[in-house]
Amino acid sequence: MANLNVEIGNLRLKNPVMTASGTFGYGEEFADFIDLSRLGGILVKGTTLHHREGNPYPRMAETPAGMLNAVGLQNKGVNYFAETIYPRIRTIDTNIIVNVSGSTVEDYIATAERIAQLEQIPAIELNISCPNVKEGGMAFGTSCKSASKVVKAVRKVYPKTLIVKLSPNVTDITEIARAVEAEGADSVSLINTLLGMAINAKTRRPMLSTVTGGLSGACVKPVALRMVWQTCKTVKIPVIGLGGIMNAMDAVEFLLAGATAIQIGTANFIDPQITIKVIDGINAYLEEQGCDDIKDIIGGLIY
Amino acid sequence: MLFAQMKKYVLDLKVNTKTHLHENYVLLKFTTQNGEQLPDMLPGQFVEVRIDGSPTTFLRRPISINYIDKKSNELWLLIQLVGAGTRQLAMAEPGNIVNMILPLGNSFTFPENKRNKLLLIGGGVGIAPMLYLGQTLKNKGYTPSFLLGARSIRDILQLKEFKSLGETYITTEDGSLGERGYVTQHSVLQKIHFDYIYTCGPKPMMMAVAKYARNNNICCEVSLENMMACGIGACLCCVENTIEGHVCVCKEGPIFNINRLSWQI
Repeated sequence: MANLNVEIGNLRLKNPVMTASGTFGYGEEFADFIDLSRLGGILVKGTTLHHREGNPYPRMAETPAGMLNAVGLQNKGVNYFAETIYPRIRTIDTNIIVNVSGSTVEDYIATAERIAQLEQIPAIELNISCPNVKEGGMAFGTSCKSASKVVKAVRKVYPKTLIVKLSPNVTDITEIARAVEAEGADSVSLINTLLGMAINAKTRRPMLSTVTGGLSGACVKPVALRMVWQTCKTVKIPVIGLGGIMNAMDAVEFLLAGATAIQIGTANFIDPQITIKVIDGINAYLEEQGCDDIKDIIGGLIY
Repeated sequence: MLFAQMKKYVLDLKVNTKTHLHENYVLLKFTTQNGEQLPDMLPGQFVEVRIDGSPTTFLRRPISINYIDKKSNELWLLIQLVGAGTRQLAMAEPGNIVNMILPLGNSFTFPENKRNKLLLIGGGVGIAPMLYLGQTLKNKGYTPSFLLGARSIRDILQLKEFKSLGETYITTEDGSLGERGYVTQHSVLQKIHFDYIYTCGPKPMMMAVAKYARNNNICCEVSLENMMACGIGACLCCVENTIEGHVCVCKEGPIFNINRLSWQI
């Protein structure tokens, strides 16, 4: 078995495989299928200060090699998470990381402060890239100025590991990455979903209640990989790569592009055991390549 | 309670037999590869089937459990060919392996009084879960009746099986079998006061049934089939509006008492 340990800020991961927020519930939903403690980390569902009902149905449309979603951050609010969900999942032996979203800078601050009190949550992922909410979300992540502002404010109140999740719906993702790095982010994760849409020509209506939604799945991988590669060359903080990872070789590609860790998202819907297969597959790849440490391949792209 | 629901499995099941009921419907009967017993499954629950070999099908397909044949250790899925995914699934041949997550969702509930008059209403392929429900009710000592609706005689599926379980009433839109019209227009609804109605079918049909049930103070459970991705309550895509807000059909459903839904009926 090769050494799969990696570090993100002060976080120690037993392997680089985490689950992407919004695709893995609170982890519990997958407990019948896998040993959750084998994961490097679990990014729980996007959490906001207050309860959110999310967008109306329909919220999902299948696309070739992917899907669009417009869930819109449905969750019961940070206090519900802290009081009801956290006690159930805190003992899972992995890094439980909360994805934090908001409509205003004050929302982000208040939510991050509440999560900071939870002993077994070693990090947050600041979601400045959700394409499915009218206010906040992606609006923060699409300009350097607003991204800097929210990260600076949260950094002041959140002492543990701060990951910032970036939107691909920008002209130059590396500018945003540099901006949040400058404000003290410990890591960036990318990419969130790509803004897209689908139309039912027969009814002449959009497939989603919100008309547009976030594209994920195998189809986005080349875009994600390119953005991760560009960002890894630009920032010094560790990069977490995600977007369309469906198997171990996809994950290895992100590591070769420079990602220190990866997240698996939409693939969980098709194979609830995919995370474990990816961990085992990365290990097999390392052995095949004659490497005894994952760090030997991170950023190992030859070009 | 950390994990309150029934344990779920990812299983590779083998196609035992395949029957074309007609060009739009295929009945696939699955069993385990090694002779192991299938997990317990309840009427109203569904499975998420992985579709291999269809380039335009990315997600699994939720299919309701048509029947569990305990004696021959078989799971029956009644497939309506509606799109690329279901068409690909219907190409499976005996001996082929199909990957499924099961059992998913909640189940129909049973009234306390075994002498209650129960009516199971299925429209089109919505008859699928009614067969296993009917058998389960009969095994438990209830006397279920069935009301099946379809466009025409050839779309009435599994009639022999339903008749063997109880009184079976039929409507067809063209009058080619049973009474002409929709299920809610069948004369049996005027003659017998049912205590409990279970229904599955197109949403307009279920809403009409729900309205009839509400107006006549009949307890009513419907089986919803909102579009879903994960099937296990993780993605929050398949939500239905209820009196408690948005809930996942895959996890808190697919069976809902109509009083829990925000339907305008």
